[in-house]
Amino acid sequence: MNEKGDDRLKKLLREALPPIEGESEPARDLWPDLLRRMDEKPATTPWFDWALLAGLVGLAAFFPTAIPVFLYYL
Amino acid sequence: MQTEASDVLNEFRQGNLDAFETLFRQHQRAVYGWILRIVRNHATADELTVETFWRIHRAHARFEPSCGFEGWARRIATHAALDWMRAGRAESELTTELSRDPVAAAIGDPAVSAEIRRKTALAFERLPPKLRIAAVLTVVEEQPHKDVAEALGISVAAVKLRVFRAVRMLRKDLERQGIRP
Repeated sequence: MNEKGDDRLKKLLREALPPIEGESEPARDLWPDLLRRMDEKPATTPWFDWALLAGLVGLAAFFPTAIPVFLYYL
Repeated sequence: MQTEASDVLNEFRQGNLDAFETLFRQHQRAVYGWILRIVRNHATADELTVETFWRIHRAHARFEPSCGFEGWARRIATHAALDWMRAGRAESELTTELSRDPVAAAIGDPAVSAEIRRKTALAFERLPPKLRIAAVLTVVEEQPHKDVAEALGISVAAVKLRVFRAVRMLRKDLERQGIRP
């Protein structure tokens, strides 16, 4: 597609999602929230995440040609 | 002054909480603004600012003071926003934000109908997160390619390629809906 068409599409995108104007800052102090977050126990990895990872490793081992396809969609 | 700033960075690296709070107070506004440009929702920007500084705190020992804090923080913020987009939470919130934002609905070229704008925004949400984040920062927010590349940890050429792919996919999606931009 030509450059002019791309420019029109970019303009349309800016119409659809107007840029954030000026300086923005949080409406409240986030430091107390951060302290609470730091006090939380670290989350443990659920077993199904490990199962998913094992599946992906298995897939890569048996079908190495799928690796570039997988990386493309990452 | 510069020595003082350098001391704060070094103390933060050693895990000093006061130094971390000083850096938080200095940089939270910039980090928040950067995240808001990506996620376009104030409540989510609050949440991700906290998440970003929490990640920063966890990674304090890996921080290299000579490389500066701002760029490092921005990179972590960008990845926090990307993770959030990948978790699929962006779509419903962006749609809600757009539908209740009267300014977004009213401004712009009157020749472009609100319906076309809405369809364009929805098509944009359907893009893969890594393309969406590059496009929103460069095309919508008009941030320099170099800054976006640093924040994403990729080259300027890779940013341009992602924007190109985003525009191409957006065009195809809109054409399927009968919109020819």
